[in-house]
Amino acid sequence: MRFCVMTALLMLSVASAQGEALSGDAKILYQTYCTQCHGIAANGNGINAPSMSVQPRDHTDPVEMGTRTDEELFKVIKHGGKSINKSVLMPAWGDNLDDEQIHTLVRYLRTLCCTQ
Amino acid sequence: MSMHALLKLFSLLALGFPLLSLADGAAIAQQQCAGCHALEQPDYAALGIAERSQRQGPPLYYAGNKFRQTWLAAWLQNPVRLRPGGSFPPAHTQQTEEGDRIDASSLAEHIALAAEPARQVTEYLMSLQAHNALLEQDSYQPGKIALRMGKMDFRKFKGCNACHQDAPETGGVSGPELYTAWQRLQPAFISSYIKDPTAWDPHSMMPVLKVKDAAVHKLVNYLKAIGEQ
Repeated sequence: MRFCVMTALLMLSVASAQGEALSGDAKILYQTYCTQCHGIAANGNGINAPSMSVQPRDHTDPVEMGTRTDEELFKVIKHGGKSINKSVLMPAWGDNLDDEQIHTLVRYLRTLCCTQ
Repeated sequence: MSMHALLKLFSLLALGFPLLSLADGAAIAQQQCAGCHALEQPDYAALGIAERSQRQGPPLYYAGNKFRQTWLAAWLQNPVRLRPGGSFPPAHTQQTEEGDRIDASSLAEHIALAAEPARQVTEYLMSLQAHNALLEQDSYQPGKIALRMGKMDFRKFKGCNACHQDAPETGGVSGPELYTAWQRLQPAFISSYIKDPTAWDPHSMMPVLKVKDAAVHKLVNYLKAIGEQ
């Protein structure tokens, strides 16, 4: 019995550590590839935004983000704005990021818009 | 000193001086540059993407494939900022009421070298050529493009100016300025890097355009045109 409890606690702590690692990775990925345009507060006001002809999407807006499915978000990150008939200024990151990193970003976007 | 001895001394100097100079340049680079720049290729896979956010300056282990030698020697003596937001712009970004802005006060000034150390370091850096194969694969030949067409392609069709400036104060600030790219960089490097930045730097913050070589060459010709203005 004691062994089972210890094992369960160990598994919980490993899962928690993995969750923290995922969150850390997601933040670094977002900071590295997204904030220049979408802003360090994810509000669409990045350092490049003033020189862009299209305002980058506000990732904190649940209404704006609610119009996109996770599949569309994955597609637009991987293949760029053109893939969903949006701006060419949203680049395709599929050669910089692998699919798992893109899924991580999609999950992170959902936390930005809809759970904070 | 006999003529023979003089000739011997001369030949030793002729053969040995470049090697000595290279060694001096390497020693200076290790002391002055290695703290911020990678002089050897990092293990990117092991370091993960966090490596990108920790960079203080661009990697230099392929400097000899990248820079024009005369430009590099001059720049090291009189360094000016080429990246408005530094090597990792998010680290130098602050929120304001008007949106995010570069916090210029957080950007470090690059050290300046005297003429002789600059020459030695340049010679050493130009010997770092980890990506010869990428340059050999590139087929760019300098050509011409009408400025108006090039500008439209750069700004509107390819969206390069979202991150890069093709004229002072014109364009995004997260990437290096490109109106000086032609003076600074080897043409084949510009072409190869635009074609696939991740081949040069797995943690590049620049996306792959996925366009044909001719479209890449058109962009390089535009950088040539604005660089020669």
